[in-house]
Amino acid sequence: MTNALHHAARLRLGAAVAVGIAALALPLVANAYVVDVATLICLYVMLGLGLNIVVGYAGLLDLGYAAFFAIGAYTTAIMMVRYHQPYWATIPVAALLTTASGVVIGTPTLRLRSDYLAIVTLGFGEIVRITATNLDYTGGPDGVWGIPRPAIGTWVLSSGTSLYYLGLAMAAGVLVIAYNVAHSRLGRAWLAIREDEVAARAAGVNTVVFKLKAYMMGALLGGIGGSFFAVKLTAVDPTSFTFVQSVNILMVVVLGGMGSLPGVVLGAAVIVGLPEVLRAFQTVRVLAFGLGLIIMMLLRPQGLWPSSTGEVARETPVVPPGRRQPLGPREEGVP
Amino acid sequence: MDIALQQLVNGLTVGAFYALVALGYTMVYGIIRLINFAQGDLYTVGAFLSLSLLSLLAGLTTHNAMLATLLGLLGAMALTAILGVVIYRVAYRPLLGSRLSILISAIGASLTLEYSLYLIYSPSYVVYPSPFGTGGPPLGDIVVSWIQMVIFVVSLLLMAALYTLVHRTKLGLAMRALAINQDAARLMGINVDRVIAATFAIGAGLAAFGGVTTGLYYGQISFLMGFLAGLKAFTAAVLGGIGNIPGAMLGGFIVGIVESIATGYISGRWKDVITFGVLIFILVVRPRGLLGEQVVERM
Repeated sequence: MTNALHHAARLRLGAAVAVGIAALALPLVANAYVVDVATLICLYVMLGLGLNIVVGYAGLLDLGYAAFFAIGAYTTAIMMVRYHQPYWATIPVAALLTTASGVVIGTPTLRLRSDYLAIVTLGFGEIVRITATNLDYTGGPDGVWGIPRPAIGTWVLSSGTSLYYLGLAMAAGVLVIAYNVAHSRLGRAWLAIREDEVAARAAGVNTVVFKLKAYMMGALLGGIGGSFFAVKLTAVDPTSFTFVQSVNILMVVVLGGMGSLPGVVLGAAVIVGLPEVLRAFQTVRVLAFGLGLIIMMLLRPQGLWPSSTGEVARETPVVPPGRRQPLGPREEGVP
Repeated sequence: MDIALQQLVNGLTVGAFYALVALGYTMVYGIIRLINFAQGDLYTVGAFLSLSLLSLLAGLTTHNAMLATLLGLLGAMALTAILGVVIYRVAYRPLLGSRLSILISAIGASLTLEYSLYLIYSPSYVVYPSPFGTGGPPLGDIVVSWIQMVIFVVSLLLMAALYTLVHRTKLGLAMRALAINQDAARLMGINVDRVIAATFAIGAGLAAFGGVTTGLYYGQISFLMGFLAGLKAFTAAVLGGIGNIPGAMLGGFIVGIVESIATGYISGRWKDVITFGVLIFILVVRPRGLLGEQVVERM
């Protein structure tokens, strides 16, 4: 059992290192188009990791995640275009604003039934999008354009390759944050809530506080993703933040495996990569998403690369202190 | 004063659409605790199906536009009801045990319906022929068209019929039993699966009626119109108290009126923000709704 676990862990680590090296070497071997697609994958890795904390760890269905993405993107866009701030200064502001909006929308609603929460987040997503369309400050339906590229000193990150490395670095940073959070006390509390909220509460987990923390964390990472989106596209407008966008990000999480970090990376690669490969079928993309969600839920609800945390917890037999032998099936029924 | 009265009339018409869609939400939620995201899209499907039936009938012999519209309406309601049951059987029934999975599957069903219509019919608005025109009875400064009156009266009749069905028939009794305790209902010999399917059929049929009359009222339909309508209908269902049939009707009319008044006095651009603001406010302040009862998270 332990050996098998170590073996699996070593395999995972090996896979992670291999993917990391491949990602670093990619611009050396691939053309500009592939690098551009890979940059988009990095963006969806960030967004997917953020939503994964909310949906995958805490088990709260958020259907308006594009709202946080939008707030992050608009913050960076407006700060850089209107107030001529450097890109790096906009990231903490974007993170702060999205976290704050996560608190504002989360505090009153997280006590609600789980499926009401889905609807509230959906409504929140629509409110943010419509507000961005109606306000002059956010540029109305045209949005904000002419966002400068980020610069380090005098070096402007304008080439596709440098933007790719920026995206990769940010995605890697978000991955490290997500990994550490997941393996902390916070992460264990979220899992407890997801698996059985009543039991978690009985065990002393203040579920509302921990849900709010998940919500804030998810919003923060979404804001960072949005911030990167603004400099990647150099223009933001409300059509990028529709309900379909929220579903896109949800697909990344569901396809990969809710609560699984490598799953999110895989999910982002599939969700961004597949439509690029199947360019001819662009018009049926959303239809395919819809059918994909249903088929996924019916055939493989745990995702392509499911999280092992839940499995291990379920499969590990309880070993009482002083006993080294795990309880076998023959002992079932023994009090 | 005239503006207020005029917006009230318009609000009652739009409210009737929301109420019709909301009934499907509330009945399905009451029985299997699922927010059927596809409910709003069944409303759109109904409108488009009746459009296809109309062009089919035009190719036949009917010269009576009124009769053709009526046949198109009834046909679309029946077909949409069947579609509602198919969606339940395929996408929901295997997932009844898992709340998150079934909700995601419902979102998938909603997108599938929307973008099937997008591909089959048109990515933009489609003109919907109306034999009623825009005329109405002379009522001074207030404009009320005949179609508005028809929509309002027939919707009320349908809701009354549904209320009778739920409270006076055996099927209704079975539905109410399921809403209270599914296992106990099964032990009493109720065919649970069939009753759930019937609920989906009724909800879809009512939504289709709303969709067809939306086409008659506005003169145009679009593949995405069910998304917002569905969201507002859900707001209506929650406002009235989810699981509660008179609540859904009341909620639908209130949402319609709030929206028209917001359009008349503030701006049409902000009406959706106001509606969703109301939804969030109600969920926070009184999650059980106006007429609803306390619902327990785990049963």
